[in-house]
Amino acid sequence: MADYEVPKITGEDGITDVPPVTEDTMKGSGPWISAPKFQEEMHFPSDIEKDEEGNWSLIPNWKEAALEKMDDLRHRYRSLQLFLDICVKCGACTDKCHYFLGTADPKNMPVARQDLLRKVYRRYFTFSGKYFPKLVGATDLTEEVIDDWYNYYHQCSQCRRCSVFCPYGIDTAEISMAAREILNHVGRGQKYCTEIMGKVYKIGNNLGLPEPALADTLEGLEEDIEYDTGVQVKLPLDKKGAEILLITPSADFFAEPHVDGLMGYAKVFHELGLDWTLSSYASEGANFGMFIGSYENMRRISQRIRKAALDLGVKRIVFGECGHAWRVAYSFLNTLAGPFDFLDPKYPVPQHVLEITWPAIQAGKLNIDKSRNDDMTLTFHDSCNIARGSGMGGVEGGQFDIPRNVIKAVCNNYVDMPADTIKDATFCCGGGGGILTDDLMEVRVKGAQPRMEALKHVTDQKGVTHMAAICAICKSQFTKVIPYYGFTMDQIVSVHQLVSNALILTGQVDEDEED
Amino acid sequence: MNALGLIYGVLFWLATLTIVAGIIYKVRIYWKTPAPLKIPTMPAPRTKGGVVLRMFREVAFFHSLFRSDKLLWIFAIMFHYALALVLLRHTRYFTETINSIVLFLQPFGKYAGFIMVLGLALLLARRFIIDRVRYISAPSDFLMLLLLILIGISGLMMKFVSHTDIVTVKSFFISLRTFNIENWTLPADPVLLVHLTSVALLLLVFPISKLMHAPGVFFSPTRNQVDDAREKRHVADWAAELDKQGVDYLSELKK
Repeated sequence: MADYEVPKITGEDGITDVPPVTEDTMKGSGPWISAPKFQEEMHFPSDIEKDEEGNWSLIPNWKEAALEKMDDLRHRYRSLQLFLDICVKCGACTDKCHYFLGTADPKNMPVARQDLLRKVYRRYFTFSGKYFPKLVGATDLTEEVIDDWYNYYHQCSQCRRCSVFCPYGIDTAEISMAAREILNHVGRGQKYCTEIMGKVYKIGNNLGLPEPALADTLEGLEEDIEYDTGVQVKLPLDKKGAEILLITPSADFFAEPHVDGLMGYAKVFHELGLDWTLSSYASEGANFGMFIGSYENMRRISQRIRKAALDLGVKRIVFGECGHAWRVAYSFLNTLAGPFDFLDPKYPVPQHVLEITWPAIQAGKLNIDKSRNDDMTLTFHDSCNIARGSGMGGVEGGQFDIPRNVIKAVCNNYVDMPADTIKDATFCCGGGGGILTDDLMEVRVKGAQPRMEALKHVTDQKGVTHMAAICAICKSQFTKVIPYYGFTMDQIVSVHQLVSNALILTGQVDEDEED
Repeated sequence: MNALGLIYGVLFWLATLTIVAGIIYKVRIYWKTPAPLKIPTMPAPRTKGGVVLRMFREVAFFHSLFRSDKLLWIFAIMFHYALALVLLRHTRYFTETINSIVLFLQPFGKYAGFIMVLGLALLLARRFIIDRVRYISAPSDFLMLLLLILIGISGLMMKFVSHTDIVTVKSFFISLRTFNIENWTLPADPVLLVHLTSVALLLLVFPISKLMHAPGVFFSPTRNQVDDAREKRHVADWAAELDKQGVDYLSELKK
């Protein structure tokens, strides 16, 4: 299946053993490099050339540009300046990264990953590094260093697990984003992210799905729901004057199991009598600007949501199941595209779809038949960006409780994975942060190991059959990599897919009842 | 006044000014540099009071470290708490009358030196033994621990092996503070000189080294931010300029 060894999982205690340090296991050239046309669209320098062997050059003045960008960023981001300065190299983070656990490459230890940037920062911007470089581990900026940055900063999913365990809260995601932003400015943009963002700018979503195709897809989903339930449930597009604008990752429009989640939201909205719409202009919840550390591009993408809300005249903005999109929405949207004073102040801006579903279930507004999910025993994968980058429900820890409450309200069989692998200690799926691309398959497979180990444990010991997730990247990553670990792709489900299964719509006629 | 007193008097004034000015300089940078986005490590407190509590748990009990690595936590607590006691006890050498709290702490502070050195030795051992920690350690990381161990051992030697002329030393430090140069006199005790030299060195390197973690932790945005992004709009000045001028990119901004 692969030209590298897939890690072995045992399922014994659900915890991945810390491997001995093995240097350079993941040395490589990193993901595919962004071509000039994609760089231009992002407003990044694009004067790079391909040689006969197909290798891209850096921009002509790459060294000055890199140092200039580093200096610029450390003055604009306190996180970067502070985190580069205050790490004491205690090693508390060294066994916390799923990529280190899965690869044993020491440069995947959070502190070592930071050091790739820190050693250059020290060399050019600190007294000790300028005058005593060897003493403090400072090094010159060379092309090899840039190559190492490009490779290893694309083996970080910016999941922030290390920041939970750092005594100073040093967040490798901040370093990794800054490093990628520096790389963006020396001709080392990442093709996967920049190409996708280009599609968002041009067409409205990551997939490049134009309005007619989107309308077609939604119509198809309406037919599916009607076929299953006998009830006409609408999935409106560009409906002016609707109350709610739903922003959801475009994977929800076609990928499995994402699309079952989208049908779930539609059924909940329908049942609650909510007037909602999607927007073809902002038909994307994802915001890859965060992954590449570009505040400007992240803001530009976010502004699309503001414009769509204004154009459609909605009163509320609701987000579907997506991890980093929800981090950007919950933590950054107000900053990037606010103030949202034109929306109904009775509701938080934005809201998560679970913040609609859970209160509705609590209030008994949804007719739920839990037994319809009895063929499954569920566990829940906390998505990193939701767990450690956002909140839910306006209470501390709501992002852990609300999804679990909803699952338990629609399913009879639920088990948690081991405590060290869930909630704010959750392991990333291995595909977050701009890693979800085929050119990084080895990183993705190996990075999934800690989650797979935990899943194997509850599968073997507690009879778990399915794992629910509320993130489009988690769902896509898992459906792709779990076969490497002996699971099947249909074992990954959307939380609103479970809701959809158990929800009996008013007037619903089940097929089997007709027979 | 003697030559040693003059040399060390100048050295300690220099070291003290360096650490104070250095920390002010660095902290000013941390204070002034904006945190453009809300990035508290969630779940985070939803009120300022909650943040104070979170920070207190971190600074007083090393809460995140406790979750992370129990053995390292024990070593770190041993060293830091013992150091705190030792420092408090040392204030008696800088004041004419000794504070009653310091008097009360005297017996604990006296022996805390052993715990401190033991904690440091264990921290040093980790750097050699654990392959991951060895990999991330630069020479300066080992030297910092050795420097602190040197300070600790030389201090313990003066307390428990060969007493130095502590009355003269105390009068030296008090006269340093009052600029009473006639009393800048130090005994030619090699252990004392090792102790004082290494302390001065520590003060000098503090602001340019990882020791800045002590003041720095209070500025850590992942720990000191309130979880209120949806309720309160948070915009850095440089980012507000994009809004104001209605452009997407910083390069498009008119000065």
